[in-house]
Amino acid sequence: MTPTTTLEIPDGAQNPVEPFLRMDRMPHIWCPACGIGTTVNCFTRALLDSKVNLDKVAIVSVIGCTGRVAGYARLDSFHTTHGRAIPFATGLKLANPELQVVVYSGDGDLFAIGGNHFIHAARRNMDLKVICVNNMTYAMTGGQSAPTTPAQAISATSPYGVFEPTFNLVALAEAAGASYVARWTTYHVKQLSRSMEEVLKKTGFCFIEVLSPCPTLYQRRNKMGDGLDAMKYYKQASKIRNGAPTGECTLSKSGEIVVGKFVDRDRPDYLELLRAQMTESLGERYAEPEATCSC
Amino acid sequence: MHADPKGVLTGVHFLDGDHSCCEGALAAGARFAAGYPITPSTEVVERFASRIPTVGGIFIQMEDELAASIAIQGAVWAGAKAFTVTSGPGFSLMMEHIGLAAMTETPCVFVNVQRGGPSTGLPTLPGQADMMQARWGSHGDYGIIALCPNSPQECFDLTIQAFNLSEEFRVPVMMMMDECVGHMTEKVVIPEPDTIEITPRRYTKLPPEEYRPFEPREDLVPDMVRAGEGYRFHVTGLTHDERGYPDMGVAAQDRLVRRLLAKLKPLSNGRSLCETENLEDADVVVVSYGITSRVAQRAIQLARSRGIRAGKFRLITAWPFPTERIRELAGRVKAFVVPELNLGQMVLEVERAAAGQARVIPVSHAGGTVHNPDTILNAIVEAAR
Repeated sequence: MTPTTTLEIPDGAQNPVEPFLRMDRMPHIWCPACGIGTTVNCFTRALLDSKVNLDKVAIVSVIGCTGRVAGYARLDSFHTTHGRAIPFATGLKLANPELQVVVYSGDGDLFAIGGNHFIHAARRNMDLKVICVNNMTYAMTGGQSAPTTPAQAISATSPYGVFEPTFNLVALAEAAGASYVARWTTYHVKQLSRSMEEVLKKTGFCFIEVLSPCPTLYQRRNKMGDGLDAMKYYKQASKIRNGAPTGECTLSKSGEIVVGKFVDRDRPDYLELLRAQMTESLGERYAEPEATCSC
Repeated sequence: MHADPKGVLTGVHFLDGDHSCCEGALAAGARFAAGYPITPSTEVVERFASRIPTVGGIFIQMEDELAASIAIQGAVWAGAKAFTVTSGPGFSLMMEHIGLAAMTETPCVFVNVQRGGPSTGLPTLPGQADMMQARWGSHGDYGIIALCPNSPQECFDLTIQAFNLSEEFRVPVMMMMDECVGHMTEKVVIPEPDTIEITPRRYTKLPPEEYRPFEPREDLVPDMVRAGEGYRFHVTGLTHDERGYPDMGVAAQDRLVRRLLAKLKPLSNGRSLCETENLEDADVVVVSYGITSRVAQRAIQLARSRGIRAGKFRLITAWPFPTERIRELAGRVKAFVVPELNLGQMVLEVERAAAGQARVIPVSHAGGTVHNPDTILNAIVEAAR
């Protein structure tokens, strides 16, 4: 008889990230080899390592594959309307500044339908931590073109190839005023976790772009292989250039991927600016906001 | 409970409806407003921007009405009472978030100072043509409450009511003002804070492990929580179960959507707000609301002076529509006359409620000014014949 090896999972054993997830909602909806789960894993590591009080962390997501993250995070979590996570998060943050508010969304949501909110929140330096999982397509709806879908790529709505120029998300974030801008891929799990941990400790508008594979729609249509092929591409094409000028970090279909932390600057955030202005204008008449009412 | 004195400007004032609405919001406990400039509503948030830094709260001018109408909902889930203010085109942009507030049972107030439409229409002139939009403008089945003030004093009083009702039923409440009411200046009496009744938000008393965010009480309304208190709750615009988790099942959809409408039944059955006069002997009842009710008042006086038994039914709660009150009247009057600054909106509800028992005569007006009382009088005379 051939001896068999069975992997016994001891009673009570759990994945270290389980306490951060709504395990009663598993399994999740994401496809095999999708990168969103990897980013969530990095995010839970960042929550663990940053030792933030999880009761004071709120996560806001919206529509799309990445929009489902809030539903799986065991935090105060909000799944709102397409493109509008940032203004919802703005209200949440301003009414209770004690909250650490994380916006977790996709490229189509944040930069097409929600693009205006993104630039204004960055301009205001609203204390929000925006994580954008960029899979270069609208995946939930079947792989249509996004403002990030690179030239020549085929999508459900660009069957003959994309010809529109794309947004360079990190350059946009920096130009609009973000305090922190970084880009990683789902290959760079350590670096991504560290960036997420950094933004949880930073005040102001922070933006992390994470390049993430979509084998089901984007890669299949573009004959770019499976999830493993995406990892190989990320590994081979990525160049870590911390502090690189964001204007030089444009992404393309199969070219170099510049990753790293590009911007980390200190600007007064919205609430600090508000307080300074009101104190200057009103002196002792200024009353600190107490939006949360007892009634 | 009573109003927090910090927000109450007790005294006798000379205010326009927009400013008075702002004072109502402050008295009601609103400490968060988000807005985007649009005529003829902007004065509400201009006053809020001026007042709130000394009261203690937040005003933020957002980048558009979509942002304003969802920023207030973020603020509500952080524990604030919150509102936004707009007019026609902005109201159109807010529709998706009225649906979100209905679906997630987020208590909040939308003020619409109506102007002439459609599209850019008549930015500085009155209309009442958003009444159906207020009820049906967002997609799907849901219920809302809409109130129609006809004076600056009522802009104060009803704004407080709007906040109170939004807390009681956990629905978005529409303050359906119009340009005339918003811009007319009259005496406004703001009472002492301890005489102003405020409906507090009903927070759960259950511990996190027992709390289910969308488990309704007997009155079909669930208790709330706010972010940051360890409940780790989930709120979604997707169809959801009592835990707040998405549920794409037909049964969950049926249970949720029926409850969103059913919880408002007490308001359509008896608790609707209205002002009536001379209904006892009336042959003709003029049903009106907002600024038009003040023109109708004159027409009713003229009719009475001519010996026509005309009565007044002023809608204060436009939605839910007081179907039963109108149906009861329909059984004993000859006709309803319904003047409004649109080409026939609430008159359709009057017809539906009257169900053929009495004639229903619309007196439509495309907006831009108010009716001439004689136009309404002629309709009353015709109806009494």
